[in-house]
Amino acid sequence: MIEFKLINKWYGNYHALRDINLEVKEGERVIVCGPSGSGKSTLIRCINALEDFQSGTLRVNSVSLNEDLRSVQLVRQSVGMVFQQFNLFPHLTVLQNLTLAPIQVKKMSPENALFLAMAQLTRVRIEEHAHKFPAQLSGGQQQRVAIARTLCMEPKILLFDEPTSALDPEMIQEVLDVMIELATQGITMICVTHEMGFAKRVASRIVFMDQGQIMEEAQPEDFFNHPKHPRTQAFLAKLLDH
Amino acid sequence: MHDHLHRAKSTKVSTHYLKSQNPPKKIRSWSTLIHLTRLEFKQHPVQGALSMILLVLVILSGLAFLNWGVFNAVFISDEAACQLARSTGACWGMIAEKYRLILWGRFPFEEQWRPLTSVVLILLTLSLSCVGTLWRPAYRQWLYLSWVWCAAIFEILMSGTFFGIDIGLGLAKVETDLWGGLPLTLLLSIVSIALATPLGILLALARTSDMPMIKTLAVTYIELVRGVPLISVLFMASFMFPLLMPGLQSPDVLLRVLAGITLFSAAYTAEVVRAGLLSVGAGQLEAAQSLGLGYWKTQRFVVLPQALAHVLPGLVNNFISIFKDTSLVTIVSLYELTGALGLALNGDAIWRPFKLEGYLFIGLIYFCFCFALSHLSQNFNKASQTTPKMSA
Repeated sequence: MIEFKLINKWYGNYHALRDINLEVKEGERVIVCGPSGSGKSTLIRCINALEDFQSGTLRVNSVSLNEDLRSVQLVRQSVGMVFQQFNLFPHLTVLQNLTLAPIQVKKMSPENALFLAMAQLTRVRIEEHAHKFPAQLSGGQQQRVAIARTLCMEPKILLFDEPTSALDPEMIQEVLDVMIELATQGITMICVTHEMGFAKRVASRIVFMDQGQIMEEAQPEDFFNHPKHPRTQAFLAKLLDH
Repeated sequence: MHDHLHRAKSTKVSTHYLKSQNPPKKIRSWSTLIHLTRLEFKQHPVQGALSMILLVLVILSGLAFLNWGVFNAVFISDEAACQLARSTGACWGMIAEKYRLILWGRFPFEEQWRPLTSVVLILLTLSLSCVGTLWRPAYRQWLYLSWVWCAAIFEILMSGTFFGIDIGLGLAKVETDLWGGLPLTLLLSIVSIALATPLGILLALARTSDMPMIKTLAVTYIELVRGVPLISVLFMASFMFPLLMPGLQSPDVLLRVLAGITLFSAAYTAEVVRAGLLSVGAGQLEAAQSLGLGYWKTQRFVVLPQALAHVLPGLVNNFISIFKDTSLVTIVSLYELTGALGLALNGDAIWRPFKLEGYLFIGLIYFCFCFALSHLSQNFNKASQTTPKMSA
């Protein structure tokens, strides 16, 4: 479903992604972890063309991402993304946030879009706040609305870019619960996160990155119990050390 | 690191003892005002003394103005009385004598009910636009429609034709160079505000775009126009066109002047809008893009509503300055409000000494419109549905 082949990316002289090879199959739940600055976010942001790359090929849903704007639009319609900072539209109500893209991009009728939006809000258990503005919600609620917003486009692939990193500790669980539920429903997920408990629970594969490279790819069982690479061992030791 | 899995269970804590209390009531009355003033004096004696001196000065000059403008003033159009009261009292009689020339300029005297009706019409539409509820999406189209009608009726009343076509109302044709006074001021400012705003938005989008060609063009245009005084733009619009396009029938001077003011104001509007565009975070763009929205839809539904709401004070500032800048069209012999005042007095030896009263009169008119404009902008703000303040 997603196929990175020898992807390289530079920010100026900084080599952000080095020879990335990665394949994600339909229904897989891939967790990407690693120290900060290791290129995790850059990697998943390439998938919906929020970042470009200088060499290599990337195919998403059998569409090859290149400079053609049409391929980018095509890919974005089947790939949803949840951001660290939620990025809800502050001038629109929750419902308007959810129905904007279905109406404007998918040309859905407002009635159908509203119906779909309410269904997705129920799915993330936040339907009672449908008419509020984002600023009236807590961080956890905002992030759940953001998840519902991407679900309204009925994406085949969901990308999560550190979805719980900007949340107060007491709100992390409500977002993770929603993500766990999505994971059990068979949607393809790629998730950058530091929540190792969550990773253990839902991941079909864990990818460890450092300095722009994929250091290790393993099943969660092997990853946590028998990490091969010394960098992985050091990373896990630090995480589990408190 | 597993503790978050247990967090959910421990959240159900009884909170009945956290009874919320109402904030203390704010008392606003004269006695508190006096109390606060006294407190201020006690804590900041120097500032207090300064405000006291200022207050006395304001009261004194206010009294002097009342004396001049009301008690010693002449309210009837009596030349001898005005001469007598000169330097001690105002001569409002001058306005009674000249108001038609000031308000309607050189418009044919017998036909002056037409500019009067036009202005009333504009005022009605303008006050309609001041009603906040009419800006709601459900009614907004009616408001736009009423402006279209207003424009059409204005054109018919003022020119006697519909853009040159005789529609058989039996109105005498009046060329645009005879239009003047208040209707001209309103026409120039409303049309150039209405056109300069979308043009300015496009210019701002062009200037912030990634495409080097478009960006360079926009930057060049904005810098060029901002580097030139409006008066020279108007002069060029009026006199250069025939030179630049020889052989072509040049359009009406009013149209050329309108185009001049619009193009000029668009450059300023563009910079205000650009500030707004830059204030919208990159995350908003990314969210819109990741949902599959294209460039124009991202701008229209996500970026611009936020950007314009952020820079509304700057935009209104800009509108007000366009409104007052229209007084410069006198340079190309169009006599709007300010020009018409000059027209009314400069050639008249009897009433010329009372120009101050005239300026106060048109100043009051300008003020009323600027005040209405800033009131109108608050409705725009409500209509754009910006984030409400946190109420929790």
